[in-house]
Amino acid sequence: MSFSSAAANSPTTNSSQPTSAAVTLSHVSKIFGRFAALRDVSAEFAAGKLHAILGDNGAGKTTLLRAMVGLSQPTRGTISLLGNADLRAATAEIGYMAHPTLLYEEMSGMENLRYFAALYGIRDHQPCERAISAVGLDPALTRRVGQYSQGMRQRLSLARALVHDPKILFLDEPFSNVDVVSAREMVHVLAQMRDLGKTIFIVTHQAALLEGVADEFVCMAAGQISARARELPSSLERGAPPARTTL
Amino acid sequence: MSLGEITRVSLAKDLRLEWRSKDAINSMLFFALLVVVIFSFSFDPTAEESRHIAGGIVWVAFLFAAVVALNQTWARELRNQVLDAYRVSPAPANALFISKAVGNFIFVAVLEALMAPLFMVFYNLRSIGPAYQLVVVAVLATWALVANGTFFAAMSIRTRSREVMLPLILFPISIPALLAMVSATTAILTGEGAYRFWVVLLVVYDVVFTTVCLLLFETVLHAE
Repeated sequence: MSFSSAAANSPTTNSSQPTSAAVTLSHVSKIFGRFAALRDVSAEFAAGKLHAILGDNGAGKTTLLRAMVGLSQPTRGTISLLGNADLRAATAEIGYMAHPTLLYEEMSGMENLRYFAALYGIRDHQPCERAISAVGLDPALTRRVGQYSQGMRQRLSLARALVHDPKILFLDEPFSNVDVVSAREMVHVLAQMRDLGKTIFIVTHQAALLEGVADEFVCMAAGQISARARELPSSLERGAPPARTTL
Repeated sequence: MSLGEITRVSLAKDLRLEWRSKDAINSMLFFALLVVVIFSFSFDPTAEESRHIAGGIVWVAFLFAAVVALNQTWARELRNQVLDAYRVSPAPANALFISKAVGNFIFVAVLEALMAPLFMVFYNLRSIGPAYQLVVVAVLATWALVANGTFFAAMSIRTRSREVMLPLILFPISIPALLAMVSATTAILTGEGAYRFWVVLLVVYDVVFTTVCLLLFETVLHAE
């Protein structure tokens, strides 16, 4: 894992990357009581691409992401990661950043990363230092995470998702509460990773940040994928909500 | 990484968090101290009476105090939803259970070590039977409390009123162990009764419930 290569903010697809499906959804539904958060979603997402998942609040973006990482079991349908329908078997290959930070506030950034790295069998300090540096934080910072600013927590949360060098990254609102400059730096890091062959899913309301970087924009509405486009839909360019589309 | 290695790093992490926050130890100590003081004012027993009632008072105090630690164990994992980071990792579920149970065992054992002298002073306790046997009972009884408690606390973390839910589930299922630990302690303090029978019961209880908890914990961890 190297995040120090040349800037990679250039738009979209790297043609040398593999294009087989990293994630396959087949008739996936998720029902909470009488509410269908996901409704018969079927899709294939190519490997080595950056997929931006957009949509209104309650459109099913986070539910879809949690189902893809195995945190939420679909009520119906199947999900395959890298061709493997057993999501537990693919856990070593995925990195997950949720809306909450998934970090212990009483420990320093490095202590957090070393613990989470250990869960993936990593004993070395180097991957932790590399991940923490890649997101623009200082590995020597001894301050506890509870004393970090919100932006620093988000960066560290991204570092936690990267520490084991996963093949697929699932990021839920990685730019929320982050200032524009820091958010652009995070996008830069993610674009680099995509160019190195990683598949990245980003759930965000800040679609404009990914314009020219994302390979695909996936719009969700009412628990379904309403549109997939290579360019940012014009309705979203100024932060407007996506049009609700019934499939 | 092996089960043992992940258990070790998870335990080290829990001990570090507790050392820094002291959430569990402080609450348990104050709670147990209050129980000792209140009971000593309420009963004012003679030395002979103390030997007969101390087993019950000691273990009920430790049981209630342990619930405080057990709730803290998982509350820490729910803050910032850190548990999800464990759930999406390839680390074995049982490593988390064992590390939490051992961590709780250490916290409750520290509490017992600190409170035992106070019990002896407040209740004027002198053991007639061999006192070293109290250590055996303490180890087995503490494990009985924390193994079940850790498991049921994990089960109740997603319920709305988990702090009430835990004792409601844990106490009834702990009755055989509580009976054994109280009776064994009383047998040692008074020098009467079937100490060996109660210790065997505690051993059986520990083995059966630890096995069941290990078999079911993965399902509990990954439940929605």
